[in-house]
Amino acid sequence: MLANFFLYIVQGISITIGVTLVALPAGLLLGLGFALINTYGGPWLKRLSAAYSLLMRGVPPIVLLFILYFILSGNVVNLTPFWAGSIALGIISSAYQMEILRGALLSIGGGQMTAARAVGMTRLQSIQHIILPQALRIAIPPWSNEASIVLKDSSLVYALGVPEVLRRAQQLSATTQQPMLAFGAAALIYFVLVFLVNRGLDALAEKTKLPTQTA
Amino acid sequence: MSGVLELFARFWPQLLQGAGITLLLTVEGLAAGLALGLLTALGRVYGNRFWRGLAIGYVEIFRGTPLLVQLFLLYYGLPGLGITLSREWSAFLALGLNSGAYQAEYLRGSLLAIGSSQMMAGRAIGMSKWQTIREIILPQALRLAIPAWANEPVSLLKSTAVVFLIAVPELMAQGKIIAARTYNPIGAYITVAIVYLAIVYLLDAFLKWAEVRVKIPGFEAEGKKA
Amino acid sequence: MDSPILQAKNLTKIYGQNVIFQDISLDVNRGETIVVIGPSGTGKSTLLRCINLLTPINSGQIFLNGKEITAPEASEDKVRQQVGMVFQNFLLFNHLTALDNVMIGLSKVKKLPKAQAREKALYELNRVGLSDRADHYPGQLSGGQQQRVGIARALAMDPSVMLFDEPTSALDPELIGEVLGVMEILAREHMTMLVVTHEMGFAREVANRIVFMEKGSIVEQGSPNDLFYHPQHERTREFLWKITELYGKKDEEE
Repeated sequence: MLANFFLYIVQGISITIGVTLVALPAGLLLGLGFALINTYGGPWLKRLSAAYSLLMRGVPPIVLLFILYFILSGNVVNLTPFWAGSIALGIISSAYQMEILRGALLSIGGGQMTAARAVGMTRLQSIQHIILPQALRIAIPPWSNEASIVLKDSSLVYALGVPEVLRRAQQLSATTQQPMLAFGAAALIYFVLVFLVNRGLDALAEKTKLPTQTA
Repeated sequence: MSGVLELFARFWPQLLQGAGITLLLTVEGLAAGLALGLLTALGRVYGNRFWRGLAIGYVEIFRGTPLLVQLFLLYYGLPGLGITLSREWSAFLALGLNSGAYQAEYLRGSLLAIGSSQMMAGRAIGMSKWQTIREIILPQALRLAIPAWANEPVSLLKSTAVVFLIAVPELMAQGKIIAARTYNPIGAYITVAIVYLAIVYLLDAFLKWAEVRVKIPGFEAEGKKA
Repeated sequence: MDSPILQAKNLTKIYGQNVIFQDISLDVNRGETIVVIGPSGTGKSTLLRCINLLTPINSGQIFLNGKEITAPEASEDKVRQQVGMVFQNFLLFNHLTALDNVMIGLSKVKKLPKAQAREKALYELNRVGLSDRADHYPGQLSGGQQQRVGIARALAMDPSVMLFDEPTSALDPELIGEVLGVMEILAREHMTMLVVTHEMGFAREVANRIVFMEKGSIVEQGSPNDLFYHPQHERTREFLWKITELYGKKDEEE
């Protein structure tokens, strides 16, 4: 009995991870695009991307989730709740990732760009071969923070009916009249997932770290 | 979008009411979070093994799980143990406990930054450990934490939106009502989003003003003089 | 001559595997200015911190005004009201003005009424020549000014002994003079002072007694005259010769 119980919730893990694995990369691609536009684009592009960031970060994620969900599962595009929700979360995350990447680009930026141009590289080449490799590395710690946020925010798709961990826990709580057990299990699962993600990304940061002088 | 303007004209009382509840939840959660966060940070930096362990456990749990799960645990879970909280109390506790865990980390960072040398100076003139913490370390640590902490009110404001899922009548809940009544969910939620933007903008401006007023001349975030 | 105001007996301090100092004994008489010199890392600063109980000693005893301050029943906080300390890094309270820095010990520790504390604080600030900077914050003061406020803060508690832990080592060269000047005035007023410093000029001019410490023990001590011109130990001679090369030359040329 208890085994089925847990099995049902545990099956939700693949959905939760699925949502995260769609949202994070989507957010990264979009966020990187906006960050590059904002850092290297002309004045209008700068203003547009800055406005995008302010707008998307000034509204609660769940509000944006609902807006984007209704747009994405409406008449123009018809996506399932899973896809609509995941992509929506990705779009939301892109604004935050844009800020992280923008910060990283700026901190690498000036001097390195000058040096790269001085060797004859075009702007694009400089960005691709010199700036980005460094910027992405130093962005890992704040980015891993964002990754665990996206993982936790995946619980918001509960409100769209997607059968991830929290939704299943709620169903279980209703049918078995064991709310503490159900939601407690959900909490535990999230805790472990977040822990693993943080550990994994810490290890990544270690591996990709540039060697410094040893005294 | 003229649709949105119509919605504003028709529903501004509800929106105002919802915004009011949202702000109330934010202020309550912030205050509770500050108190909890401060106690936790102090316990973590200056407490004995027991308090440190408690502090670490609290922070790890509440930062390692989603706010929504914490909310549901309080509102739906506790009745299973015989404790029934009203929706308002569940929301308040969830927001406060969640915020407290994040604030604890900011405050811990600045306590450590101010920490040991100022502690030494305070004790050198005969102050006790807790006297030094109260008179010397805290006033400086709290100010040092302000730039990082200033993100918390806006963050908390945004996170209050999820409590509509347990039917607390704040701003997002009003959006849901408007959506149901007008069969225009996109318009309704965009309207609500605009109100959130307005509140966030005002809150941000207020915080910037406050930050300037509390500044100590010559004492910046990265430069404490020895 | 009455008994020494401060007596350290057989002090030993160990950090993990390192013996910082072992079996050190030192007497400080009322009104004396004692300067402790020696290579860096020989435990001079640690010794000072042990004397005002900021750092616990592993064994030995310390007596202040005849009472044992290392006794278990002694109140550390109360002891520190009688021993003033001036730090290398000033360690002023950044959130308080100069005046408040000097006042806070008086109002919060000695529990004096505000008006009285204020008066005393202004007096001490005046004594170090900074009464016109009373409402400045540490961030607005130069290093030398900050250190002088630090001295005033310690003096305000009316200590029996003042400890100076390399008070000028963190200062730009042109600011050292104003701090040493204040210290010299204090010495002439017969404040009992224990000073750790590399300033040989100060040691030669102002100290009643110089103590040379190395590798955790006192190698030699005596009057400036004795130590500088008739050192007993080879190491003392070596050290002073090296230091005088760096610091002393300018004094000889004056």
